[in-house]
Amino acid sequence: MSDTVLWLAIFAAVAITLGTKFLGHFIPESWVSSPKIAPIVALVSVALLAGLVAQQTLDGGHRLVIDARVAALVVAAVALWRRVPFIVVIILAAGTAALLRYLGWG
Amino acid sequence: MCPTQLTQDKDRPAVIRQALSISLATGLYGISFGALSIAAGLSLPQTMALSLLMFTGSSQFAFVGIVGAGGGAASAIATSGLLGVRNGLYGVQMGPLLALQGWKRVIAPHFTIDESTAVSTAQTTKDLRRLGFWWAGIGVFVCWNVLTFVGALAGNAIGDPKIWGLDAAAAAAFLGLLWPRLASRTAQACAALAVVIACILIPFTPAGIPVLGAACAAVVIGGWDARRTKTEVTQENAYE
Repeated sequence: MSDTVLWLAIFAAVAITLGTKFLGHFIPESWVSSPKIAPIVALVSVALLAGLVAQQTLDGGHRLVIDARVAALVVAAVALWRRVPFIVVIILAAGTAALLRYLGWG
Repeated sequence: MCPTQLTQDKDRPAVIRQALSISLATGLYGISFGALSIAAGLSLPQTMALSLLMFTGSSQFAFVGIVGAGGGAASAIATSGLLGVRNGLYGVQMGPLLALQGWKRVIAPHFTIDESTAVSTAQTTKDLRRLGFWWAGIGVFVCWNVLTFVGALAGNAIGDPKIWGLDAAAAAAFLGLLWPRLASRTAQACAALAVVIACILIPFTPAGIPVLGAACAAVVIGGWDARRTKTEVTQENAYE
């Protein structure tokens, strides 16, 4: 991809993602406050975050893989359950994955 | 001062602390974005343009991932755009929740991302929700951009971000954001279904689609929850 095409692609992608952010904020509240829609909207971030966890942990490029990331996620889950501060959870997870890879697994 | 006000003042430092922790954690992942973007063949200004203007991590990662893998401009644009759809959905939720006016309402969409939405919606009052939204939104923006720059400069020196476990750090960050929202059985069922949908889609669909597919879990479980609540209300009325 040439430099010009790359710049054009960046601006097109920015226009779409930024436009989406604005669109969401300016959709009338009534569209989402109906009893049918409200429970769905409330769960959207739960579903997307769970999807992101799955993708970040198991996606090995068009196949599911179990590697150091899974072990790191288990450590993170235990830490969260023990109410460890967020930043420590992140460090523990990164450290677990880094250590396992240093030892030659995942 | 009323008791509610006292509770809020007491809670404010905790909300700010949470927002800053998330900002730093997400920012640290910005180092790997900067490094990966340079490795994918983007220039320093192009890398910074993504972090400053697109400012939504997974869309940015998807964009440089596809460019780096030799994918076309169209697929890079489409995938980052699809991944950005959830920010629009967050906006639908956040707009009424924050109820902002004037220039704050105009700039709020740019800061509507996973982290600011998560911190904000975890709070119990409108003031604390606004506090969490701005501290997390602007906090992540500053950390993300500064550390994207650092990562881009460090580039090759950092080498493979996997050696530092930065990919696992991202997974843990999303889990940490999800965790406080799993209080209800409904939310747990939704998260479980979302993971199953994502896992089914990962082998067969382009990057970004599994996460969007996972959003269907909200439609299925949310729709089921709405019907169930309605039935319970009807039954209660019958007993009166």
